[in-house]
Amino acid sequence: MARYPRARFLSATVLTGFGLAAVLGGLAIVVFALLLAEGGSGHGAPPLDYIGRVLSFTLGQALLSTVLSLLAAIPMARALARQADFPGRKLLIRLCALPMVMPTIVGIFGIVAVYGGSGYLAAAAAFMGLDWQPRLYGLRGILIAHVFFNLPLAIRLLLPAFAAVPAETWRLAAQLGMRGRDIFRIIEIPLLRQQLPGIAAIVFMLCFTTFAVALTLGGGPRATTLEVAIYQALRFDFDLRLGAMLALLQAFFCAGGALLVWRAGREMVLGNGARLIAYRYDGRAGIGRGLDLAVIALGAVFLVLPILALVQRGLAGMMAAASPASLFQAGLISLGLGLAGGLTATVIGYLLAQARQHAETSGHKRRAALLGLTGRLGLFVSPMVIGTGIFLAAAGRVDLYRIAAGGVILLSAVMALPFVLGVLEPALGIAARRHDRLCAALSIKGWNRFLHIDWPTLRKPIATALALASVIAMGDLGAIALFGNQELTNLTLLLYNQLGAYRLDGAASTALILLALALVFYWTIERVVGGRELH
Amino acid sequence: MKFLTSAILASIGAIAASAAWAQDKPVLTVYTYNSFTSEWGPGPVLEKAFEAQCACDLAWVALEDGAALLARLKLEGKNTKADVVLGLDTNLTAETKATGLIAPHGADLAGLTLPVDWNDADFVPYDWGYFAFVYDSEKLTNPPRSLAELVDGKDAPKIVIEDPRTSTPGLGLVMWLRQVYGDKAADAWAGMKPKILTVTKGWSEAYGLFTQGEAPLVLSYTTSPAYHQIVEKTDRYKALIFPEGNYMQVEVAARIEGSKQPDLAKSFLQFLVSAEAQKVIPTTNYMYPVRDIGADLPAEFTDLPKPEKSLLLSSEDAAANRDAWIKEWIGVISQ
Repeated sequence: MARYPRARFLSATVLTGFGLAAVLGGLAIVVFALLLAEGGSGHGAPPLDYIGRVLSFTLGQALLSTVLSLLAAIPMARALARQADFPGRKLLIRLCALPMVMPTIVGIFGIVAVYGGSGYLAAAAAFMGLDWQPRLYGLRGILIAHVFFNLPLAIRLLLPAFAAVPAETWRLAAQLGMRGRDIFRIIEIPLLRQQLPGIAAIVFMLCFTTFAVALTLGGGPRATTLEVAIYQALRFDFDLRLGAMLALLQAFFCAGGALLVWRAGREMVLGNGARLIAYRYDGRAGIGRGLDLAVIALGAVFLVLPILALVQRGLAGMMAAASPASLFQAGLISLGLGLAGGLTATVIGYLLAQARQHAETSGHKRRAALLGLTGRLGLFVSPMVIGTGIFLAAAGRVDLYRIAAGGVILLSAVMALPFVLGVLEPALGIAARRHDRLCAALSIKGWNRFLHIDWPTLRKPIATALALASVIAMGDLGAIALFGNQELTNLTLLLYNQLGAYRLDGAASTALILLALALVFYWTIERVVGGRELH
Repeated sequence: MKFLTSAILASIGAIAASAAWAQDKPVLTVYTYNSFTSEWGPGPVLEKAFEAQCACDLAWVALEDGAALLARLKLEGKNTKADVVLGLDTNLTAETKATGLIAPHGADLAGLTLPVDWNDADFVPYDWGYFAFVYDSEKLTNPPRSLAELVDGKDAPKIVIEDPRTSTPGLGLVMWLRQVYGDKAADAWAGMKPKILTVTKGWSEAYGLFTQGEAPLVLSYTTSPAYHQIVEKTDRYKALIFPEGNYMQVEVAARIEGSKQPDLAKSFLQFLVSAEAQKVIPTTNYMYPVRDIGADLPAEFTDLPKPEKSLLLSSEDAAANRDAWIKEWIGVISQ
């Protein structure tokens, strides 16, 4: 993209963004330094070939999971973008937020209920008289679960990209008589080249740092990921130095992967069309529409079946549900912590994204990439390392237990930050290309610019980012479990407590309540903050 | 909008609640694991009973599991806020003692009824149980009758076990096979391997897969069937008692050296083994009490079959060999 002069001064927003990035990056460095300074446990380092095996397995399954998730997400998002009017479209898109809030163990149970030995598929096969047993455990199970968790996220992040194409482009494409294939080649492929790298980076990092999914569905210690090895080092062997080194290895691969795919990204000039509802003229009828609907149906079945199984189990478990008082209290805490974490993540994310955009437009590619990585620390620095590091750093200095709620909110915000950036960075990029020159010419800046230029155009993505971050923070378990405060029992922890006390039916009902609440929560935030639908 | 407002209020409430620790009464801080303090665990009842007699405030810090407790103690060292740590088992006690953070309990442990002699001056046992494979009698009519049958059986049913690196029962099974098979444990693992459907991160995943019908056998406790009988009124689930013996788990508590509340901590540990506290254990933690509580032990517990042989390695042996045996396990199972 062409560089052009920008206002010389750094706005307060951008400065704050740089400051926040410095704080985040600084904290990460302190945490690693502290852990590395600790002695080893004396157990001796695990043999290199063991680490090599773990690393190659982690990398392999993460790459496969990412490719599969994206291969499925592209046609699905495209079909959803082309077919703007079919019953259930909005619900389907909202359902895409669910795997984000779903506790891992619940997702695993949902997958097992569909693809397991006693699952829906096996039952269907038996019903049809087929002598066939699904074989879930192994790489297959891991891939199914990872696509289940990440396909909806990828769709959710891809849709705004399709929606960002101005209405004029579609009109022009129709006037030129462009067919589906031409549109794909000339408009959509460049669009994907711009958007996919960021999404691929998030999905890759999520799959790279997987833990319970890999162990449980992977069938055993062959499916050991780096995160498992980090857990073992920090928790089990208490070898902080080894844990930190493994975590550095993990961060290196995640960050390296992100940088690689970011480099593969290409800017696309979208034009400065008005923000109208972009009516697409392709795929309105015939084979195109039929194919799209088939793709959507297929994706919907894949996404909905496990959720359906969870709903079924949840309803069946209602008799054994936790007391209404506990559920109500845990629900309120989930919502409160979710909103607080989501708001924090969105504010920090907005500032970081502005800072990155500023670095990008003023030609500092490296600085921009560094800012992008810093915001994604929560994704590629093992949560085990973060948790261990802050308690190590605080011991004897700060009483973390006293500020548990604040700590939980901040930590869950850091964890949700990458998703906020995944939504806001592309949106800010588009906004910058549309308005920067005009604003510079008219000298509209600071708060004025946010209020009159950015907010109206960025309202939707901000709402999406906030909604996504809030449900992620709402589903938090790691941060809450870290502080161990009894007053902070959210629905996720309640559910784990039920599981730990044999209350599996009750836990299923809590899971259903959590999912339903998350759906309403997501929808409310998108609606209240985002305003009416533009697309 | 109301929805959002109430959510904001809730979060403020939560922050206020978490800050409301400071009170006039002395506070006894006990580090434990989540399922101990959940509303289904023994925590709430014990807290009420102890606070009624101690003129103090009992504050829990509930972490993920025993391993998380030990790791947190090591992280905090002498700065730890804990006065008492509760929820370790004998696999972790030697390592915990080595931190130098543990003070002698000073409690009177006379009259405890553990299947093994308990002479530890540092750790107070508060419940115990046997690891066992639990089976679904509706799915499995002819379960393996011995560990040997499970290991060598050609058509043995599928089992779900837990990973010893991340879970207590998983580690228990490694110790179990080691104690029964000694240096031949690797061969035993090789025999068991084809029957393992999957190895989960924790007990909850394994038990969930089991009750979902993925496998007819799961590694759990001999006391698990008591839960199903007492709460769900079904004796569908049964535990396998092996003639080779079943490996034990003893859960313990200890007080922290240098705690500001040594007397409160001592009286809490004494309270923990009292009949009043012990009668809470069976139907909350679904483990055996360490004291004879007479008629307070539900019939479902007294009727449970018990192994003839109780296996338990000393804490020192467990600690010294843990790494090597887990490596051995990984080596065989990853083949």
